[in-house]
Amino acid sequence: MTDARTEILRRIRAAAVPPAVAPPRHYLRHAPGLDETDRPTVLALFAERLTEYGATVLRADTAAAAVAQALDGARSVVAPVGLPDEWTADWSGEVLVDRPLLETARLDAADAVLTACTAAVAESGTLILDGGPGQGRRAATLLPDLHVCVVRASQVHSALPGALAVLDPGRPLTFISGPSATADIEMIRVKGVHGPRRLAVVLLP
Amino acid sequence: MTRSFLGWPAFPEAAEREVGNRQLRENVRRATHTIRGKRAVLAAERPDWEALRDAAAGIKDQVLANLESHLLQVEEKVTAAGGTVHWARDAAEANRIVTDLVRATGEREIVKVKSMLTEEIGLDAALEAAGINARETDLAATIVQLGDDLPSHVVVPALHRNRTEIRDIFVREMGRHGRPAPEGLTDEPAELAEAARLHLREKFLGAKVAVSGANFLVAETGTLVVVESEGNGRMCLTLADTLISVVGIEKTVPSWQDLEVFLQLLARNATGERMAPYTSTWTGLGPSKGADGDGPQTFHLVLVDNGRTRALADPTGRQALRCIRCGACMNICPVYERTGGHAYGSVYPGPIGAILNPLLKGLDDPQTASLPYASTLCGACNEVCPVRIRFTDVLLDLRAQVADGGKHPVERAALGAVGGVMEHQAAWKAAVKSIGLVGPLLLPRKIRLPGPLGGWTDSRTVPAIPRESFRTWWKRTEGDAK
Repeated sequence: MTDARTEILRRIRAAAVPPAVAPPRHYLRHAPGLDETDRPTVLALFAERLTEYGATVLRADTAAAAVAQALDGARSVVAPVGLPDEWTADWSGEVLVDRPLLETARLDAADAVLTACTAAVAESGTLILDGGPGQGRRAATLLPDLHVCVVRASQVHSALPGALAVLDPGRPLTFISGPSATADIEMIRVKGVHGPRRLAVVLLP
Repeated sequence: MTRSFLGWPAFPEAAEREVGNRQLRENVRRATHTIRGKRAVLAAERPDWEALRDAAAGIKDQVLANLESHLLQVEEKVTAAGGTVHWARDAAEANRIVTDLVRATGEREIVKVKSMLTEEIGLDAALEAAGINARETDLAATIVQLGDDLPSHVVVPALHRNRTEIRDIFVREMGRHGRPAPEGLTDEPAELAEAARLHLREKFLGAKVAVSGANFLVAETGTLVVVESEGNGRMCLTLADTLISVVGIEKTVPSWQDLEVFLQLLARNATGERMAPYTSTWTGLGPSKGADGDGPQTFHLVLVDNGRTRALADPTGRQALRCIRCGACMNICPVYERTGGHAYGSVYPGPIGAILNPLLKGLDDPQTASLPYASTLCGACNEVCPVRIRFTDVLLDLRAQVADGGKHPVERAALGAVGGVMEHQAAWKAAVKSIGLVGPLLLPRKIRLPGPLGGWTDSRTVPAIPRESFRTWWKRTEGDAK
C-alpha cells in the first residue's frame, strides 16, 4: 500500500491540470481616491477608519500624556519587553513587565496592555504586530480587555499591499482591525467577544 | 451525540420540509438580506473590485495548475520552521491522524477554531468516539454545538437561529458543558455574546490542545492564515501548547504577496467589512521554534485531500476549488434564501454546495446527485463570487453528467423524442400546429403532469396553450399585432 503523501501527489498529477497563465494584477496598490504621498490625508483616513470601528484615536506629539489618557480607569497595564519606559512616564498605575513571562492568569487579570506595532493600514484601520520589541507575545495583547497601541506616522501605509511588503512572514503576525466583534446573532454587530473589547490608538508624528 | 448529515434526504424532499418552517425562512431572509446590503456597499467602495476578482481567480488557477509543487514547498517550509506535516487521503484518515495526535497528549478536552473542513470530515464526532470532547469556540459554532444542531452557512453557521432561540439554547445547555449562562439572561445580542465570552474563557485558559483550519496556506513561506472576528481564533492559536491545523490541499496560495488580493476581498465579500477584526498568520513554531513563550510548542499540519483531487480532475468543475468560503453565493441565492442551508444536506450549502459536494463525492449517491438541480440558474452567484467561479457552467455540466449516468431516464426519453421531432422541420410544424388545435380542448386548465414530471407542475401553473402557434400568427399578420 502506498502512503497518503505519495497517493495524493499521484492523484494531483493524474488530474492533468493544464498550465495557467500569469494572473493579471491591475488592482490598486494604494487606497482608492487618495494620493499616497499626501501624508496628512493618509493619516486622517487611518484615524477615521479606526474611529468607525469604535476605537479611540489620540493624536499627540509625544506618547506619555496620550498613553496616560488612553489608560484612564485601568489599574494595571502589561508592558512587553522592549517598550520605551517614557511611554508610561505620565501614568500612575501598576506596570506589569512581561519578563519573566507573566502567568496566563496574570495576563487575564490585567486591565490593559500597551504595545507598539510593526506596521498599520489606513484604508482598513488595521494595526499589525509581529512580536518584535515593544509588541509583546500574542497572548499579552489578547487577554487584557483594553489594548493601547502606539503607532508612528511613518508606519502607516495607505492600503494593505504596502504593509504586507514590509512584513516578515516568518514571524507570528496579528492584524487587528478594530476591537473583537461578532455579527453571529441576527447579523447585528456586537463589539467585544473574546479579544480586547476596547482599543485605543496613540498616533505619533 | 454529535449530529451529522449522514443519510440526509435528497434536496427536493429536504427543501420541501424546510420551506414549511416559517420561522426559519424569516431568519434566513433577514440575515441574507442584511449581509447582501453590507457587501454591496463595501464592494462598490473599491473602484478596482473587478481587477481584484480577476487577480484572485488567476492566482487560484495558478494554484490548481501547480498544486504538487506548492504542497511540497509547504511541507519543506513548515518542517524547517519546526512543524510536522501529515497527509490524509480521506476523512477517516484525517480523523485518525488528529485523534492519535490528541491522544498522545493525554488531553480529554480540546478547543477548536471554526473550520469548515473539520465539519466536512466530521472530526468532532470522531474525537467524541475516542472519548475526546472538542469544544467549538466561534460564537455561531458554539450555538450550533450547544443546540445539537447542524451548520447552515459557511460563515455564519447559526444563521438559521434567531436571538430567542439562541437564548433558550444557552440557558438550557451551557451549564451542562461548563460555566452556566448568567441568571436572567435576556435575548439581547450583546448579553448573549457576553454569556459566550464567560462560558468559553475558562476553556481557553485551560486548553492544552487546539485544532484549527486555515483560510490560506502560503506555499512560498509555509505560512498559515486564519481570518476571524471574535478573537476565539487568536485564543486557540496562541494559548494552547499543541496546535493541530487541518487544511484542505486547495487552500494554498503561491506567494506571500498574493495575500494582498485575498485579504482585501475576503471580508468585504463575506461580511461587508474592510478587514475582519483579526487575521493571524504563523509559520511553523516561529523564529524561536516555540522557545519564546509566544504560542504553541508543538505544531502539526494535516493536509487533507478528501475528494479534492477528484474535483481537480474535472475540467469544468475544478474551478470550484478556487473557493475561499466567503459565503456570498449563498447570501445572494434565491433558492438558499427560501430553503436555508440544511436542505443541501452538507456543511457546504447554497450554490457552492450544489457544485462542490458532487465534485468532492461523485454523483453515485441520490442526495448528492440532486444538488446540481438545486438552482434556478439565475447566475446571481456568478456575479458576487470573488474568485469568479462560473457556477452556472458547472451546474449545467454536472446535470449533464447526472443525465449521462442514467439518473433521469424519463427526462432523457422525453428529450430524445422531442429532439427527433425538432430535427425534422415538417414534423415539428405539424406537432406545434396540432397541439394548438387540440391542446386547449383536451387539456384541463390546471395540469398535473404524470409520474416524475409531476414535480414540475406541483409548484407551477402551466400556461394555457394558445390556439395559434407563433409561426402561424406571424405568417398571418407579419407581426402587426393590431
